[in-house]
Amino acid sequence: MRVNFTVNGRPQQADDVWEGESLLYVLRERLGLPGSKNACEQGECGSCTVRLDGVPVCSCLVAAGQAEGREIVTVEGLAEHARQRAGGEDACGTSLDEARRWSPRGPGSQSDEGSTSPRATLAPLQQAFIDAGAVQCGFCTPGLLVAADEMLERNPNPTDADIREALSGNLCRCTGYEKIMDAVRLAAARQGEEA
Amino acid sequence: MDFLRPASWEEALAAKAEHPTAVPIAGGTDVMVEINFDHRRPEYLLDLTRIGDLYEWEAGEHSVRLGASVPYTRIMENLRTELPGLALASHTVASPQIRNRGGVGGNLGTASPAGDAHPALLAAGAEVEAESVRGTRRIPIDAFYTGVKRNALAADELIRAVHINKADGPQQFSKVGTRNAMVIAVCAFGLALHPETRTVRTGIGSAAPTPIRATAAEEFLNAALDEDGLWDSGRIITPSVAKQFAELCAAACNPIDDVRGTARYRRHAVGVMARRTLMWTWESYRGNARTMEGAA
Amino acid sequence: MPTNGAPTRITQGSHTRGGIGESTLRPDGTLKVTGEFAYASDMWHEDMLWGQILRSTVAHAEIVSIDTSEALATPGVYAVLTYDDLPTEVRHYGLEIQDTPVLAHGRVRHHGEPVAVVAADHPETARRAAARIRVEYRDLPVITDEASATAPAAVLLHENRTDPHAAHVRHPNIVHRQPIIRGDVERARRRADVIVEGEYVFGMQDQAFLGPESGLAVPAEDGGVDLYIATQWLHADLRQIAPVLGLPEDKIRMTLSGVGGAFGGREDLSMQIHACLLALRTGKPVKMVYNRFESFFGHVHRHPAKLYYEHGATHDGKLTHVKARIVLDGGAYASSSPAVVGNAASLGVGPYVIDDVDIEAVALYTNNPPCGAMRGFGAVQACFAYEAQMDKLAARLGMDPVEFRRLNAMSQGSLLPTGQVVDSPAPVAELLRRVKAMPLPPEQQWLVAGEEADVRQLPGGLSNTTHGEGVVRGIGYAVGIKNVGFSEGFDDYSTARVRLEAAGGEPVATVHTAMAEVGQGGVTVHAQIARTELGVAQVTILPADTRVGSAGSTSASRQTYVTGGAVRNACELVREQILERGRRRFGAHHPAWATAELLLEGGKVVTDGGEVLADLVDVLGDEAVEIEQEWRHRPTEPFDLRTGQGFGHVQYSFAAHRAVVEVDTELGLVKVIELACAQDVGKALNPLSVTGQIQGGTTQGLGVAVMEEIIVDPRTAKVRNPSFTDYLIPTILDTPTIPVDVLELADDHAPYGLRGVGEAPTLSSTPAVLAAIRNATGLELNRTPVRPEHLTGG
Repeated sequence: MRVNFTVNGRPQQADDVWEGESLLYVLRERLGLPGSKNACEQGECGSCTVRLDGVPVCSCLVAAGQAEGREIVTVEGLAEHARQRAGGEDACGTSLDEARRWSPRGPGSQSDEGSTSPRATLAPLQQAFIDAGAVQCGFCTPGLLVAADEMLERNPNPTDADIREALSGNLCRCTGYEKIMDAVRLAAARQGEEA
Repeated sequence: MDFLRPASWEEALAAKAEHPTAVPIAGGTDVMVEINFDHRRPEYLLDLTRIGDLYEWEAGEHSVRLGASVPYTRIMENLRTELPGLALASHTVASPQIRNRGGVGGNLGTASPAGDAHPALLAAGAEVEAESVRGTRRIPIDAFYTGVKRNALAADELIRAVHINKADGPQQFSKVGTRNAMVIAVCAFGLALHPETRTVRTGIGSAAPTPIRATAAEEFLNAALDEDGLWDSGRIITPSVAKQFAELCAAACNPIDDVRGTARYRRHAVGVMARRTLMWTWESYRGNARTMEGAA
Repeated sequence: MPTNGAPTRITQGSHTRGGIGESTLRPDGTLKVTGEFAYASDMWHEDMLWGQILRSTVAHAEIVSIDTSEALATPGVYAVLTYDDLPTEVRHYGLEIQDTPVLAHGRVRHHGEPVAVVAADHPETARRAAARIRVEYRDLPVITDEASATAPAAVLLHENRTDPHAAHVRHPNIVHRQPIIRGDVERARRRADVIVEGEYVFGMQDQAFLGPESGLAVPAEDGGVDLYIATQWLHADLRQIAPVLGLPEDKIRMTLSGVGGAFGGREDLSMQIHACLLALRTGKPVKMVYNRFESFFGHVHRHPAKLYYEHGATHDGKLTHVKARIVLDGGAYASSSPAVVGNAASLGVGPYVIDDVDIEAVALYTNNPPCGAMRGFGAVQACFAYEAQMDKLAARLGMDPVEFRRLNAMSQGSLLPTGQVVDSPAPVAELLRRVKAMPLPPEQQWLVAGEEADVRQLPGGLSNTTHGEGVVRGIGYAVGIKNVGFSEGFDDYSTARVRLEAAGGEPVATVHTAMAEVGQGGVTVHAQIARTELGVAQVTILPADTRVGSAGSTSASRQTYVTGGAVRNACELVREQILERGRRRFGAHHPAWATAELLLEGGKVVTDGGEVLADLVDVLGDEAVEIEQEWRHRPTEPFDLRTGQGFGHVQYSFAAHRAVVEVDTELGLVKVIELACAQDVGKALNPLSVTGQIQGGTTQGLGVAVMEEIIVDPRTAKVRNPSFTDYLIPTILDTPTIPVDVLELADDHAPYGLRGVGEAPTLSSTPAVLAAIRNATGLELNRTPVRPEHLTGG
């Protein structure tokens, strides 16, 4: 079947979709947007979290056909989403081909990632994850970012318990969550300073 | 596999009548897991997410008509006063992402004994509004669960809404899992005080082939509250009454051993939850300011 | 003060920004937060096919027949392969013992064993086709424990064994046996005033990395294959893949794709050979991705264990002896069981001084799921048991459990039961002192506004099971010892290629290794080392692949030590060549070239007095300097098979934990409130990464304390909970605050004095949580994970 929907502000169309495919599969394998991750495909890990008409959901549990006509935001569109929320205009994003190729950047670019000179293309929360050391293997990171960004949108001054509750659907196996807590607190604090 | 996308409730009923094997899908919590893991290959998927009516609720004088697909998040946020037990239960469902998408219709359709909504529905008192091209009927919640993952729906019927009695007294819900979030119930317990009728109702999850009420426990407690005039006096429930109520709740269980827990533990835990939720709700009924309602 | 000297400062050769000792940020961080980082499951190729494995539905059976005809006839299917289709006579693989069939041959030995593989144009087509393969099984009796494995008439898991351990085991269903004998336990026992015994059970833990096993194999025009894969050790994979494919190693070009965690679970092959076979057979690229269900069958787990311990002590609290027997269930295939046995035995005493020791560790062959490497590797199971014993002894003696441990703690210069002298700092007593000295979290933090309970902070969490009723606090301590690096005489080396050149008027270093970055942050550290050693700002880390020599495994807490050591070594060689070139070109202009100690700093050659002699770009000119060199740590030797004596381990790593828990004693639910850790890391090359490793390892230890266990049916040997619905790992609501106190006592044998970090915190976390639960409940609790029914008598 054919499915049409909007991803990160761009209309997308997928053809020859098998009816049992999930939105996650279509994003990853048909649209070249593999940022949403496939850790469990049973709604138990949150690594595939996307926003469906604004609401964080597990894209592995959305049948592709259910996404017809809907608006999706994935981790690839998070920076642009944050910019629009902040009132900015410049468009940016990840080209599909770029997303498919991996070329580890040298630490030359690493110094650009420091908190002193945040890369303009990152959302504040993305920068906070890097700065706080919240990323190790990174497989949980996209889902956590989408979930945490939505929480901060609703609740700009969360308590620790609020953060834990909001992220209780996102498993991480590397970090022990401490630095993820740090990152969300950091993003909230930076957001507060700017406001 | 065919993907049916009815745009209206009438279209959905027609599709279900034409394809009785069609599997309704809304939040996808159960159906998509089965598809992703190759446990199920339905001939037809019947997508209900385009039917706006299913996402709406309406509070009447005595009950709330809750659309089958109203997400748990909405129930937690908007129906804490009318449906406190179900709001608490909704808060224990899986994760925020699942709560944003799943609704009571899915729990009822799957009819797993572990569904979190069931004990709250049983305790509050509810009717399932089932409809087919043949017409509409209301199935009392006590008659809805007919076996392990089986319910009273006919092959051509769909769940449109649930009519849940509005709370006329305190309600509570507890669930035991081996993790502090995102966990399927080892067992669960719901309790509702109904001061208007001077009755209590219970609901037990994951401790029998179907969700059940502990009717003997309810009858015992109704009688005990009545005999001692506690509804009027607002005095405390004695520990011995609470203990016997808990024991009767545990005795109502017919649990199994499985990877999530032992039968013996389930019985024990239902008893503990019965006693605790009774204390919480009764303290609340007495108007005691120290009552703690949880964080829902 | 520790008895082993004060924390040591390492003098750095450079003050270049972003060198060692600084918390520089991950070079792959931006890619990982934008979703651009390409994990193995993200690989994609035009016209690629999807591979699917058919796995056994039973644990032990003869294969009577396999019929693939219907699968082959399915439209969209390109290939269906079974054992008979394997291209060479080499049809088994294994890390140490080649006992694992690429595809089952005549018999399956565990639930979920690969029987056939399919390639098709869509994953659903491949799944449907796999389901159409008809396999007829004839059941065999299942072997599930020591008694059934070593019964005289037991079916042998592997007949006609020729591996190195076959000769010294008393039954062919025992993979390996390692005794550690020192002193005279019988005599020492007579000196003991108290003796405690215990039998302990450690459940089967899964690595549960989030990125499922995945790979993409692309057939090449030269008849070879390019394999993009998530693994822990590219070259060990290559060594096992090549003979099965019948290809020379240089025709199999392996590139590490993004790895979503590993923790030991990617040390063995998963679908590497299957994907290559399908690609070579079909002439098309083949992608394979396990789902979570398959992942539970697709990698080895942590060995479940039964441990029997007897300890003695005198009235004044000195340990007299230990006698122990550790039985590890290795499952159907050997994997790394022999090395796990060596670790369990040699580290089975723990970080304590005991002169009289009699330990035996064995691993079994059974029909249970194969077990192998997981973070902590044999030392984890032992630590759970000996730390429980320490608490029992302290209680019997009426001593404080921390003081009792400190009294018996090993230190630098102590003699291990293997006869090895501990020749670097071993601040066991100091680590215990530090965790005990940390402030305790306040009581009843769940009370908000003095009255209401925030259930998120109580046992049961959002499930609303208690508002404080039945909740009791407990505190527990534990400490552990883990070896770093590969032991027992293994030639443990790594290779680094470092290049320095001038580009765009700047000196640029390029580091190329085959080290598997699995999330640990090795790429960050390599850049830091290059900056420090070469005095440059710009460092490029090339993708890991097999075009450079082996880096060894990303396991055993060894990569910063060994591949970090190799990078430093290669940098030093590059520096020597640079200075040599500088002397040739500029030596005549300045006498310091010949006389002074020269350093590379800030892109310049400087004297140790700080005088600038030349810009690096001028020394380099148009000609790059490049060195590829192997580097190895000092050699170890095997343990004697009879006594366990030998210089078996190159380095030790120590961590101590204090756990604070709140237990709902009526429902048996546990909330860990805080897990404080103190660890000696020798030198923190990247403090941010170090604390991240400690917190992550601590949390995996917490998981196996209270929830994580693969449950195998003892009647059928089938796995009952292969999903994230029923194999539970801690969520953010299960994980407490984890304050970390990092001690840096240099090990003079190691690069920069560093000590491997990743595993030690996984050891002591579990027994600390168990001790805290015992403290709260008064129960004995001899098994982990603790389930609610264990706390309620159900």
